[in-house]
Amino acid sequence: MAQDVHRPAQGLSRMRVALFITCYNDLMYPEVGRAVVRLLRRLGHDVEFPADQTCCGQMHFNSGYQDACIPLVQRFVEAFADYDVIVTPSGSCASMVRRYHPFVAELAADRGVDAGLSERVAVVSPRVLELTEFLVDVLEVIDVGARFPHTVAFHPTCHSTRLLGVGDRPMRLLAAVEGLTLVDLPRSAACCGFGGTFAVKNADTSVAMGLDKVDDVLGSGAEVLTAGDTSCLMHIGGLLSRRRSRVRVMHLAEILAATGTVA
Amino acid sequence: MTGPAPRPPHEPTFAGTPPFPVAARAALADAQLRANLGRATATIRAKRAAVVAERADWEALRLAGAAIKDEVLRDLPSLLEELEQAVTAAGGTVHWARDAAEANAIVADVALSHGAREVVKVKSMATQEIELNEALRQVGIDVWETDLAEMIVQLGHDLPSHILVPAIHRNRTEIRDIFLDEMGRVGRPAPDGLTDEPGDLAEAARLHLREKFLRARVAVSGANFAVAQTGTVVVVESEGNGRMCLTLPDVLITVMGIEKLVPTWRDLEVFLQSLPRSATAERMNPYTSMWTGVTPGDGPQAFHLILLDNGRTDVLSDTVGRQALRCIRCSACLNVCPVYERTGGRAYGSVYPGPIGAILTPQLRGIAKHPVDKQTASLPFASSLCGACVDVCPVRIDIPEVLVHLRGQVVRQSEATHRLPTAEAVVMRAAAWTLQTPRRLGLAERAAGLGGGIFGRKGMLRRLPGPGPVAGWFAKRDLKVPARESFRAWWRRTGGGEAD
Repeated sequence: MAQDVHRPAQGLSRMRVALFITCYNDLMYPEVGRAVVRLLRRLGHDVEFPADQTCCGQMHFNSGYQDACIPLVQRFVEAFADYDVIVTPSGSCASMVRRYHPFVAELAADRGVDAGLSERVAVVSPRVLELTEFLVDVLEVIDVGARFPHTVAFHPTCHSTRLLGVGDRPMRLLAAVEGLTLVDLPRSAACCGFGGTFAVKNADTSVAMGLDKVDDVLGSGAEVLTAGDTSCLMHIGGLLSRRRSRVRVMHLAEILAATGTVA
Repeated sequence: MTGPAPRPPHEPTFAGTPPFPVAARAALADAQLRANLGRATATIRAKRAAVVAERADWEALRLAGAAIKDEVLRDLPSLLEELEQAVTAAGGTVHWARDAAEANAIVADVALSHGAREVVKVKSMATQEIELNEALRQVGIDVWETDLAEMIVQLGHDLPSHILVPAIHRNRTEIRDIFLDEMGRVGRPAPDGLTDEPGDLAEAARLHLREKFLRARVAVSGANFAVAQTGTVVVVESEGNGRMCLTLPDVLITVMGIEKLVPTWRDLEVFLQSLPRSATAERMNPYTSMWTGVTPGDGPQAFHLILLDNGRTDVLSDTVGRQALRCIRCSACLNVCPVYERTGGRAYGSVYPGPIGAILTPQLRGIAKHPVDKQTASLPFASSLCGACVDVCPVRIDIPEVLVHLRGQVVRQSEATHRLPTAEAVVMRAAAWTLQTPRRLGLAERAAGLGGGIFGRKGMLRRLPGPGPVAGWFAKRDLKVPARESFRAWWRRTGGGEAD
C-alpha cells in the first residue's frame, strides 16, 4: 500500500540525509552504496553514513523470529534518530521499516521490553525513503544526469511495488537516462521467486519461478537487468550465471550514477 | 472420527501429504500439470482483471466487504442466534456442530432418518473440509458430487486442486478418458465414441447426472452466505446443477461454516457483486439460489442447517489470524499466486490450497493452541511473500501479514518442543547476535569477504564447501560472493569516499 512520503519541513539544503545501506548491500553489494553516494553528491546533496546501523530485521521478521527483531529495531531508531531523511537502495528493506517496524515495536511493548519503542519508531520509520522516492518526491528530479548506453530491462520488485508503492518512479528515472534503451519485460509484475529464506526453504519452487523470469529477461533482448533490490537481483543473477548468460544484473543506483560506458 | 470399522477408502484424502517443499518438488516435475495450470491461471487472471477494471467503485466494494465481514466476526454469537431463530421460524431445523465428527454424524442421522441410501451434493468446501463423503460412505450412504468439476474429481478417484475449479489440473482429454472409464461403474455410462469437445463432455455429464437428480431424495449443500436477519441461505454457482439439488429432493441438508453469515439482506449486495467478478470473472454468476426455511408445496419439505465450528472459534481468538475468516472462497488469490501457479493445489495437502489455504488450514488445524505436524507447519512458509494475493482479495485479507504471524507461531512451537535448537534456529540466533552491533557485523563481513575471495571464481560460487542449511540454493543457481571490502569498511577507509 502506498504511503505518504515524508518530506522534511526545512529547506532541501539544510536537511541531513543518512544512507541506510542495508546489511545485505553492505556485505554483498557495496558498489550499490558507493553509487548512491556518488549520485547524490553529483546532485549536490551530501549524505552521511551513520556507522551504528546494522540491519532492519527483515530476515528474522519474515522467518518467524520476530522477537529477535526487537534489538535490531531499537538500534535502528537510535542510529538514525538525528536525520531528516534516511535514504536506502532497497524497496524491500524500506517496506520492512515503514510497514513492519511498528509491529515489532508493539511486540516489544507486549513483551514488556521497551514500552517507548513505538513512539520512537513512529518518528523515525516514516523518514525512510527508497532511493527513487527520495529522488522523485523530495529532490523532485527525474533526469539525474546519467549516461548509460545499454539496453536495459527493469524488474519491479514485489516489495517496492506492492508493499511500498514506488509506482512508476524507477521507470521515469530510467527513461531519462541518456543513451539507455528501455525494453519491455513481459509479465514484469510476476515475483522472481527470491522471497528471502523461501529461496532455500522452497528452493525448487523458487528456482521454477526464477527460471520463468530468466526466460522473460532473455527474451526481452536486454543486456542489463535492473531493479531496486539487490536481493532479487542476486537470485536472478545466480540463475543467469549458471546458464552462462551474458546478461548482467545491476542495481538502479548504479545506472543512475553512471556517466559513461563503464559499469 | 468414530464410526464403523473403516473399509478401504473410496474417497482419497489429503492425509499423508508430505511437507510443502517435498510435495511441490513432485508437482513441479509434472510437465502436464504445469502446462494445464499455467494456461488456466493466466486465462482467469486476465479475465478477472478486465471485469474488475469495469468497476470504478471496486475499492469501495472491497472495503465494504471487509467491513461487513469484520462486523460479522465481532458480533458472531448474537448473529448466529438471530439466524437460528429466523431459520427455525421459517420451518427449518438448526444444528450446532463443534467439529467434523459431530457435523458428519448429524448429516448421517438426518439422511438415514429419511431412509436415504444416497445423497446428491452441491459443490461445497465445508463438506470437503469435514470429509463428509467418506463419513457417509462408511454408514452405507452413496454420495454423488453434481458440480461438473467435483464430479470429474470424484469419478477420477482424485483430489481437488483448486477451491473453485477443483479439476483445474485436468485437461479435456484426461476428462474424456475419466468419463469413458468411470461413468458406467456408478450410473449411466458415457456414450461410445465420446470426443473431448467441451460440448460433448458437458452433454455426457448432463445425462449421467440427470439420472441421479431425479432419483435422489436427499441433497447436501454448503452455503456461500446466510442472512441472519431473515434466515435466508444463499448458494451461488455457474452450472445450475446446484439448483437441481436445492429444489428437486424432499430433504435438504446444508453444512455451513459459522463465519458465512451476513447481518442483513442488504449486505448481500456487496458480495453478489464482488464474488463472481473475483471468482469466475463474471459480472454476475448464472445461478443464485436463495431459500428461507421450507415453503409448502415448493422445493424440499425438510431443511436442516448445520452450523459448523471445526476450529473457527479458535481462529477468531487470534487477533491477527482472524482476518482469514473474512474469506468468501473466491479463489482470486490462488489464481494470481506464483507459487500456486507452479505447484498446483494438491501440494498444499488441504482442501484449501494456495495463499488462503496457507493461512486458513494451519489455523483450522489448531496451530495457535498446540504444536502441529510438519506438513501443516510447512504451509505458512509456502510463499515468497510477493503480496499479489493482497491486491486481488475482495475482502482485503492481508495474507502475507498472517503468513508471517503464523511463521512466528511455528518457530515458537519448535523452540518449545525441541530440547535442542534446530539448525535453522542456531543460524538465526547467530545472525541476530552478529547484527546486534556494527562491530560484530564488520568482523563477520571481513571474514565473509575473505572466504568469498578464496572459494569464488569470477565473483561467483557454484557451490558451498560442505553441506549446510543453504545447500538448496546451488542446484540451479550460482551465488555472488561477498564483497572483499564491505561498504562500511570502504566508508571508513576512504572517509566517506573523499579519499577514494
